Amino acid sequence: MRTPDLIALLAEDTAPVPRRAIAPRLIGVALLGAFVSGLLLLAWLGLRPMRPAMHSPAFWMKAAYTLLIATAGLLSTARLARPGGQLGGALGLAALAAAWLAVLATLETLRTPMPGMAHLWLGWSWYVCPFRILALAAPVFVAVLWWLRGMAPTRLALAGAAAGLFAGGIGATVYGLYCEETAAAFVVVWYSIGMAACAALGAAIGARLLRW
Amino acid sequence: MADTETELKALMLRGLGGDAAAHARLLSALAGRLRAYFARRLGSATADAEDLVQETLLAIHLKRDTYDTRQPFTPWAYAVARYKLLDHFRRLGVRYTVPIEDAGELVATENTEEGAVRRDLDRLLGELPERQRALLQDVKLTGHSIEEAAQRQGFTPGAAKVAIHRSLQKLAQKVRL
Repeated sequence: MRTPDLIALLAEDTAPVPRRAIAPRLIGVALLGAFVSGLLLLAWLGLRPMRPAMHSPAFWMKAAYTLLIATAGLLSTARLARPGGQLGGALGLAALAAAWLAVLATLETLRTPMPGMAHLWLGWSWYVCPFRILALAAPVFVAVLWWLRGMAPTRLALAGAAAGLFAGGIGATVYGLYCEETAAAFVVVWYSIGMAACAALGAAIGARLLRW
Repeated sequence: MADTETELKALMLRGLGGDAAAHARLLSALAGRLRAYFARRLGSATADAEDLVQETLLAIHLKRDTYDTRQPFTPWAYAVARYKLLDHFRRLGVRYTVPIEDAGELVATENTEEGAVRRDLDRLLGELPERQRALLQDVKLTGHSIEEAAQRQGFTPGAAKVAIHRSLQKLAQKVRL
């Protein structure tokens, strides 16, 4: 087929394209994934007692941290979804959130007597925490990746990592509805490892599955 | 260059609004520039240039909803072209970096002399399901309007439009195999 013939054929397919903002659609897709991972949590681990959680600063500290990471992932994903999209400063938010938690963890460490140190940093559940976050992030990641495949990212591994970070942030937030660890030291290490693993896996998967 | 951007963006916006003639003019204007860009980047492997032009035009068409109309158009088109070039090298298994240049590189030169294609889209069209293939052939070769072609192939006009769009998507996938 000659190129002018192709152009004529493509011109036959010129339907009006509605102007659409991409962030609201992406959030909608992610909420769908979050709903599924919420169901997964209920079926698998259940909820922590929620009434005391409402009055627990630790609960809100964790939720704020993971939601900030999710927001950084969301902004990065939205930027990288279009041809030529650059990361820009979207990850600065994640760095800021991690720095905030690192400060809290340092203060905790200074306050804690030596015998309590191992528990402060390892909690009860350090060995399962990252894996559970990974599992709860999976539905969100599938949804975001599916959305991203309909877009046109040109930096595939980076876009996959951003999608992974977004999903990891949501997955960790959902996990916070079960997890009763209270130390910032625990969260800054094990939650972060879980979310970083989501981003790393996202990069590997994105480089393969996002081609177009 | 500023003039080119203004001109191309205006055509793009009209195309996004559903103006098929403007869309065709945009794709033709891009074809010449893509040809020059790929030929320059591919060096001696110019036999692939026309294939890449066609593949990129398909991509620009199918992904046009990812263009943010508040942004300049040329950098968007350049990003698609550069991505398709990198994807081409990746498929060949060549390690190759394409410098990120100013998007102006895409519109700097033009070559309207069509090259030979190695990969024939007509042959790929032949791999589509029979009714879709017949519909596309009707629209493309015989110059029937979509309405006429739809009637001849037993589609409603709406279904025919969807079928054509899907066929082009499938074609874009086949092009990359």
